[in-house]
Amino acid sequence: MSSQEEISKENPPSEQDAAHGAVVTADDPFADPGLPAHQPRKQDIDERSAKRSERMVAILFMVSMLATVAFIASFVAFPVDKNVFVFPLGHVSILHLSLGVTLAVALFCIGAGAVHWARTLMSDVEVADERHPIEAPPEVKQKVLADFAAGAAESGFGRRKLLRNTMFGALALVPLSGVVLLRDLGPLPEKKLRSTLWAKGKQLINMNTHEPLRPEDVVVGSLTFAMPEGLSEHDENFQSEIAKAALMIIRIQPDEIKDKRELEWSHQGIVAFSKICTHVGCPISLYEQQTHHALCPCHQSTFDLSDGARVIFGPAGHALPQLRIGVNADGNLEALGDFDEPVGPAFWERG
Amino acid sequence: MSTTTATDEKSRKAPAGERVADWADGRLGIYSLAKANMRKIFPDHWSFMLGEICLYSFIIIILTGVYLTLFFHPSMNEVEYHGSYIPMQGVLMSEAYASTLDISFDIRGGLLIRQIHHWAALIFLAAMMVHMMRVFFTGAFRKPREINWLFGFLLFVLGMFTGFTGYSLPDDLLSGTGVRFTQGAILSVPIVGTYISMFLFGGEFPGGDFVARFYSVHILLLPGIMLGLVVAHLILVFYHKHTQFAGPGRTNNNVVGMPLLPIYMAKAGGFFFLVFGLITLVAAIATINPIWALGPYRPDQVSTGAQPDWYMGMPEGLVRAMPGWEINVAGHTLVLGVFIPLMILPLVLGAIAVYPFIESWVTGDKREHHILDRPRNVPTRTAFGVAWLVWYFVLLAGGGNDIWATHFHLSINTITWFVRIAFFVAPVVAFIVTKRICIGLQRRDAEKVLHGRESGLIKRLPHGEFIEVHAPLDPVALHKLTAHEQYAPAEIGPTVDENGVERKVSPVEKLRVKLSKGYYGPGNQLPKPTAEEYKEIQSGHGHH
Amino acid sequence: MKKLSARRRHPLAAVVVLLFALAATGGLYTAFAPAGKAQADVASQSLAIDEGKKLYSVGCASCHGTGGQGTSDGPSLVGVGSAAVDFQVGTGRMPAQQPGPQMPKKKVIYSQKQIDQLAAYVASLGAGPITPTEEQYSTSDASVASGGELFRTNCAQCHNFTGKGGALTHGKTAPSLEGVDPKHIYEAMQTGPQNMPSFPDTTMPEQQKKDIIAYVKAVNGDDTESPGGLELGGLGPVSEGLFAWIFGLGVLIAAAVWVAAHTAKAKKS
Repeated sequence: MSSQEEISKENPPSEQDAAHGAVVTADDPFADPGLPAHQPRKQDIDERSAKRSERMVAILFMVSMLATVAFIASFVAFPVDKNVFVFPLGHVSILHLSLGVTLAVALFCIGAGAVHWARTLMSDVEVADERHPIEAPPEVKQKVLADFAAGAAESGFGRRKLLRNTMFGALALVPLSGVVLLRDLGPLPEKKLRSTLWAKGKQLINMNTHEPLRPEDVVVGSLTFAMPEGLSEHDENFQSEIAKAALMIIRIQPDEIKDKRELEWSHQGIVAFSKICTHVGCPISLYEQQTHHALCPCHQSTFDLSDGARVIFGPAGHALPQLRIGVNADGNLEALGDFDEPVGPAFWERG
Repeated sequence: MSTTTATDEKSRKAPAGERVADWADGRLGIYSLAKANMRKIFPDHWSFMLGEICLYSFIIIILTGVYLTLFFHPSMNEVEYHGSYIPMQGVLMSEAYASTLDISFDIRGGLLIRQIHHWAALIFLAAMMVHMMRVFFTGAFRKPREINWLFGFLLFVLGMFTGFTGYSLPDDLLSGTGVRFTQGAILSVPIVGTYISMFLFGGEFPGGDFVARFYSVHILLLPGIMLGLVVAHLILVFYHKHTQFAGPGRTNNNVVGMPLLPIYMAKAGGFFFLVFGLITLVAAIATINPIWALGPYRPDQVSTGAQPDWYMGMPEGLVRAMPGWEINVAGHTLVLGVFIPLMILPLVLGAIAVYPFIESWVTGDKREHHILDRPRNVPTRTAFGVAWLVWYFVLLAGGGNDIWATHFHLSINTITWFVRIAFFVAPVVAFIVTKRICIGLQRRDAEKVLHGRESGLIKRLPHGEFIEVHAPLDPVALHKLTAHEQYAPAEIGPTVDENGVERKVSPVEKLRVKLSKGYYGPGNQLPKPTAEEYKEIQSGHGHH
Repeated sequence: MKKLSARRRHPLAAVVVLLFALAATGGLYTAFAPAGKAQADVASQSLAIDEGKKLYSVGCASCHGTGGQGTSDGPSLVGVGSAAVDFQVGTGRMPAQQPGPQMPKKKVIYSQKQIDQLAAYVASLGAGPITPTEEQYSTSDASVASGGELFRTNCAQCHNFTGKGGALTHGKTAPSLEGVDPKHIYEAMQTGPQNMPSFPDTTMPEQQKKDIIAYVKAVNGDDTESPGGLELGGLGPVSEGLFAWIFGLGVLIAAAVWVAAHTAKAKKS
């Protein structure tokens, strides 16, 4: 109990009397009765029972061996592309399932065997181990502090201030080389996020047919996706370009369009909005043709496409940019310029 | 050591194993190491194995991960697919996606290892969460284990990001959508957002670099740090020795259990195989992340039900619940709708991480604690923990609002509003309710200690009254139910010192006293029965 | 009974009670919740006579107007075409049971012959998409891979990667495509039922519709292969997370309980 005393010296005064250790007395009904005597298990006193456990463990280890053999056999025997119907899993790859199950059994049985061995055949006598305070005794602490002071003094660290300060300076500067090296991770943003491939005169190419869209193709209530003329899925930078240029095209009865500018920028009710959500950039195209709402599947920002694509629900902060469109001499839909604002998520320089 | 004993040693032919050990000892000092640790005692409790689940799933992830690196191509070069999965024939995709299809369909056992890797990752994070809550609710984070609590917390956070980068590697449509979200969130950071985004992606999103960059972060940088933390975490567990619940013979100065060799060697070693076997079984019977069904990533395509893996569901919920605030000032945009959730995320996570330091400041207790608390005996801590969990899980559920909407026939808008309100209200309600329940349980314990256990036997007294016979508890149970310490609330000491000089009470001290009252003041915990009360009742007085 | 009362103090008693309570709540929910809605008012409509217009005036006119001009309760049917009728009535969405954000799929109450008669009548009100012939939606010469790309561009945003369905605003949903007749998939793309936009032949030619149907059948049909085992609903990380927490962590904790438990003693203390 000596260390208990020692510890309780550090007790804040507020809990001295409440600490349990302090009130242990001979007639305390709540006193610790001490470690109970060990009760033997069946296996400890009955050799037949112990033998049964031993057999069980050996069987588990043997099952594991068989399962490993089965694993190797499955690996050799089953083709990689064969699927069979197994209830209730469905049409599963027979190779995958047999490898998985045999490996699982092989591993599980080793574990089960070892644990069963430990639980039934190894001693289960509980032992108490003393703990020692983590903190060092005062004399150790004194010694360390003295050593440190001696070392510091010998280095002249405190005395020769010039050395110390220049060393700190050098150490502080040298990581800058590493930071500078990271510069070429990527280009500067400049105005890259402000423009897309769309430009005056570029035709709207149907993403399905890869043909230019004509106004009569787009019926009221339909939904079509388009990319700018000249972009091809095989292009080196296709992904980065489509990430900004993706367009969704719908047609609304002109008298149902509430926003004046939207109507002006449309062609007979055909409106083209950026497909990229202004929240964090998911392609937003869950278009409800009766309500004219477009929902983003990522964070549920909802835009009213009949009212300038303004945000009516969710975390997006501004309306979807609209692309001004018209019809060219061939009777195809064309852009009348780029978007007049950056598409996609907002950023600091967007303004 | 005299010369005679030395020759005696030499004359005896030592067995081969001993000679190898001698050799190693001469170079590594293994005997001294083994002396301290070979028979180290570990207490038995199922909840002490939760950490082992984490450790083993981590090892499984590393093993399977190394295998996957042998076949995965971390490249975004565009290829046309001509492997054995028919619905993708001729589709343009990145090499990363194509090689993941190959792992799934053309490499024997590849699909199994991929699924073990991914399932183990989900389980790893879930087990860390549960392990952390075990440590929290039993107060195992108290001195001397605060640093280890922080190590564990860091492992959880790093695990989130390691998981996220790994999930993004196959470059499929679902994970690509997640990467896009990350990029959008980065853009929302004031001043430097666009720069970070350009540097991270090597230009505009998605560019051709992020898979290779995420790959080195996923397989080298983060797991390296995590491995170091895991080792440190384990060394500290050994060094501090395990905590234990109060019980007969179990004191703050000992640890009662069974020795490492042989019991824990067999049990813990066996448990590794059990965990590995069971995770393999899960991977054998249940599909995870069927990237072949998702398609390759294209920034203009998306699927409904776009969710991250569960551990990223909490940030996802935060973003989904946030209203779309955006401020434009002087040519600059402050994207609060994204930036606020980005800032709340570390706040939510950090709240639980700093808790041990707050509690030790409130109690002012500088002693080591090795006996675990029963959660009910520390009502305020338990209530705080439950409130935090409710907070976390409200957001996690909010991250899947669209799935709940379709499967419980609810409106997505209603769920979002529910999350918005519950974010503020639910933790408060949970706190109050949990505290009441804890105090109620304390009352039940006190009742049991003083009056004994309800035996279920009904006795009729001579005058006709029926009573239930209460059987007194045995000494073991009595000790267990009364072994916990109770702090007295802190007081502001005398404001005038012995010389009559007035002492100024700092606002920090006032806050501490206030918090301490909230923790330990009247009504915030039930004073445990005293020996006097017990004796008085047992001697016949006051028995009902 | 005596056994029961003796065991009510058992430490696991609370767990058992909780399980019973959960089962009872769940049972009550399933007993009451959906049943009330599913009761279709079949009887009155089954008397419908064998002719489009008569069928229409009995089953449809109250909402869509006597001449199909539409009322406040239902849209105009002029120009929707026979394909729309075949889809709406053929999947049981029409006649509607009650107003709501969306008309759910339910039991079909007309025979195909009656549906054809209705469709012919509605088609006569104004030209619109006509019911496709079997040749139009047959997938014999369709490309699954191209269908997949088209599906991910045009359909997956609402219907999920493999057509498991998804949520829309205010309680509306994009339904699951599992087990949907190819004809009805074709008609839905053609006509854009309810809130679904249409994908007319002008922007999505017939061949592409076939490809899409072939893809849906390949990834969401009875014979769809799921090489990795249970599909878990095909819903992605939410169901996977639930499975990892409940089943995965569940069995591991059960194993932990076994490993840490004390072995039975020879004599009960």
